[in-house]
Amino acid sequence: MVIQEASDGAPDRSPGAVDGRPRAAVVRDSLGVGVAVGLSGFAFGVTAAGAGISVLQACVLSLLVFTGASQFALVGALAAGGNPFTAAAGAFFLGTRNAFYGLRLSQLLALPRAVRPLAAHWVIDETTAVALAQPDRRSARLGFTVTGLALYVLWNLTTLLGALGAEAIGDTAAWGLDAAGPAVFLALLAPMLRSTTERAVAALALVLGLGFLPVLPAGVPVLIAALAAPAVLWMKGRRSPEGERS
Amino acid sequence: MNVWIAIGLTVVGCYAVKLAGLLVPAGALERPVVRRLSALLPVALLAALTAQQTFSTGHELVLDARAAGLAAAGVALLLRAPFLLVVGAAVVVTAAVRALGG
Repeated sequence: MVIQEASDGAPDRSPGAVDGRPRAAVVRDSLGVGVAVGLSGFAFGVTAAGAGISVLQACVLSLLVFTGASQFALVGALAAGGNPFTAAAGAFFLGTRNAFYGLRLSQLLALPRAVRPLAAHWVIDETTAVALAQPDRRSARLGFTVTGLALYVLWNLTTLLGALGAEAIGDTAAWGLDAAGPAVFLALLAPMLRSTTERAVAALALVLGLGFLPVLPAGVPVLIAALAAPAVLWMKGRRSPEGERS
Repeated sequence: MNVWIAIGLTVVGCYAVKLAGLLVPAGALERPVVRRLSALLPVALLAALTAQQTFSTGHELVLDARAAGLAAAGVALLLRAPFLLVVGAAVVVTAAVRALGG
């Protein structure tokens, strides 16, 4: 209830609030997503520790990067011996999708310019999904805020606990914890493989990523694998000249 | 030191793209090609990262207990298990295969 009162200060009887959802329902959905995903910080803390990242470094990543796939990609690339520039480039490319979330959210939430630099930090998959699922602006703002807050607090807390825990038990490989990273990537990837285009991109990226691994410096094969996206788009465009269906 | 450089670049880069989305005029990124690419880029990166972290140690391709763990994660995903259960299945199966196989 407290969270409801502390929302964004939008007028209670704004146009559209008539068919809007009750605040309690928005808060419940937002907390559900925030808690479920926030707990995955454990997996990140553990993976980071297994990759030889210090507890402080893992916590700084969760506090300041706060976009899971990029964080996993960075520690994975560093663990594989990648140099800081290729490792950061992979993490950056994974983060570019957040720009497109921001585009849609800026119209939906209509945030004041002064608030945008703060709100930007919470523009990620989950907050976007919850905000876009709401029927009106007031609910969308509330959903974005509650999801962002719950996720941010839990993600950082569980990152710390996971990193401390993994460090305490020593050999993370003996406990199978080195499988957490790839399992996370698979779980993020699976729902994206909807059409043949996505599957073709994934298959080509897999071949490129593994094929170049033995011959190129660590981190570079992933960036080459990223070229699977434009390559498949280009091949599709050649097959059907009007291929720009959106 | 290298780790801190990578962290610094990632912090700046990831925040910049988030902020860019909220600040740029909608038209700038709305071209269909750009949108399609931005949807497909994560697919390519995640596929490559999954494969590399399952089937390699640094510069060598290997097949070890992690493959069994990833298969378990795949089964959990097909059964629509929650996220943490998927990761847990991979960890437990990988540890079990290592314990059995030495």
